[in-house]
Amino acid sequence: MNAEKSERALKHAALIVLVAAAIAFPKVFTNPAVTNYGVLAMIFVTVATAWNIFSGYSGYISLGHAVFYGSGAYALGIAARDWHVGGTTVFALLPLVAVVGAVIAVPVGLIALRVRRHTFIVITIAFFFIFQLMAFNFSFTGGSSGLNSPFLTWPASGYNTPFYYIALAFAIGAIAISWLVRRSRFGLQLRAIRDDEDRARGLGVRTMRVKLSAFILSGALTAMIGAVWFYYINQVAPQTGFDPLFDLTVVLMAFIGGYGSIAGPVLGALIIEPGTLWLNTQPQFSGGYLSEILLGGIFLLVVLFMPRGIIPTGGEWITRLRTRGRPAVVPAMAMDAASGAAASSGSGSATSGSESTTSVSSGGTR
Amino acid sequence: MTALLRTEGIKKAYGGVQALNGATLEVAEGTVAGLIGPNGSGKTTLFNVITGYERADEGQVYFGGKAITNAAPDKVFATGIGRTFQLTRIFARLTVLENMLVAAQTKDQPRNVLSWFGKDAWTHHHRHAMDLLKFVGIERHANVLAGSLSYGQRKLLELAYVLVADPQVILLDEPAGGVNPTLINHITDRIRELNSQGKTFLIVEHNMEFVMGLCANITVLESGASVASGPPDIIRTNKRVLDAYLGADLEEDSDDDQ
Repeated sequence: MNAEKSERALKHAALIVLVAAAIAFPKVFTNPAVTNYGVLAMIFVTVATAWNIFSGYSGYISLGHAVFYGSGAYALGIAARDWHVGGTTVFALLPLVAVVGAVIAVPVGLIALRVRRHTFIVITIAFFFIFQLMAFNFSFTGGSSGLNSPFLTWPASGYNTPFYYIALAFAIGAIAISWLVRRSRFGLQLRAIRDDEDRARGLGVRTMRVKLSAFILSGALTAMIGAVWFYYINQVAPQTGFDPLFDLTVVLMAFIGGYGSIAGPVLGALIIEPGTLWLNTQPQFSGGYLSEILLGGIFLLVVLFMPRGIIPTGGEWITRLRTRGRPAVVPAMAMDAASGAAASSGSGSATSGSESTTSVSSGGTR
Repeated sequence: MTALLRTEGIKKAYGGVQALNGATLEVAEGTVAGLIGPNGSGKTTLFNVITGYERADEGQVYFGGKAITNAAPDKVFATGIGRTFQLTRIFARLTVLENMLVAAQTKDQPRNVLSWFGKDAWTHHHRHAMDLLKFVGIERHANVLAGSLSYGQRKLLELAYVLVADPQVILLDEPAGGVNPTLINHITDRIRELNSQGKTFLIVEHNMEFVMGLCANITVLESGASVASGPPDIIRTNKRVLDAYLGADLEEDSDDDQ
């Protein structure tokens, strides 16, 4: 019990230190080139976490989340342009952007979530291209030249800092929602769907409703952070708002960190986004796609040696170290012997008063 | 005695293969009924049709006098029919306790979407879930991942998480298949105890000793149709059953011996 308490206290302390470090980041590193890394890292922490709330928990791998990201950017741009909204008031449009993301998720989800696995992935890619083509061809989206964001009167020297804190707030919010979902009955139903959807349905889980709700939540979050990204970089075009590399990058982040866990996509985003940005600034890597090749190599190594991602595999290593070779789960033989004794005595509680404490390998909130 | 669960002339074909061809059975309330037949006779398909995993081409399924034919699996479960599978289907990456809570949640569906996020909405099921894990004898594994359980333990977990929603009828697909004799006795005891508390069972099983010792009434399927139904003593001596199933098994056994 005491070990459990001290472990929890340690986790809380680590969390406080991490949040404090994230808050202090732009105060310590004032160089705009560095704070730019911070803003984009926080944006991708939010995106990867939002993706994980649906795909990580339900097992439905979406390769079309750029639909929400781009739609969020366009929704903010169109609303600000047509309603003549400028300055910081633009941020008041973010709830509307969330509604746009949610509204798009309903028909897309109702169609895509009827199928599973590879077919689902293909359908999400198809939706991605439909949205990109629409952005190219509709006049209200600005066609191939896209949209420019409204002017923001923040001083150039500290321009990144407010955006950093906005993106950080979104990242913390998304992580908090991810945590809430994971510990709730909703999250349990999603994870049951991931393991065996038909079985979950046979145990009364209304699978379509649960999947669609997660898809809507994920879409709304992604749309909002897409709008923040648009306002930060000042423009959106069909090929940047609906970018196929965006989808691949988000999935890569979640896979490297460990999808289905809370911390995995966060860690993946914190590794990949600044890593890619830094590599692109290095002369030896620029222009030749060497940075992408290097990232691909890292991804290969992780998949080969940590197929479930850094966080879950790391957790298993820690458990192995703690148990020092002892099995983390009580061997089946012990149980069978106990149940045999119960059967012979006719007792209902076959293993009451168990002599050993079961170590938990994983499965709790990570 | 009233039939709690009844099927009438169920037909189901997969392409040119007629898996069920007029399967009819009755399960009286408060009894343990058996469903036997050679491999490929349609036993599991009939289970799938009853529980909504497969759609019937023809025929009807009645539960408590009400037609539930082709209802979705979640609806069938909500009406009070739980089932286990021939090859256990547990949620391998959830803990044993979480497996139990998935089924427990159907007892009180949330009023709105927001209430799904509240952990308190289902924590009150913990005690009931733990009591059932204790009942089947795997309560000390409550916090381990279900995927790390042995096959026999998975069978027990499947039985326990079907029980957590308190169904009226439990369909067990080969509960004794692939488990050791000690565990078979344990499962038999648990079924008897639950039956004495009023639970109704329909069991598919190839272990004749298990079926004959446990079931009050047995239905025999052959080529998707019901060929006989009655108490174990009658079934044991029915010529058609002996020809279709028991005799064939005996012949197979004697062939194996040679």
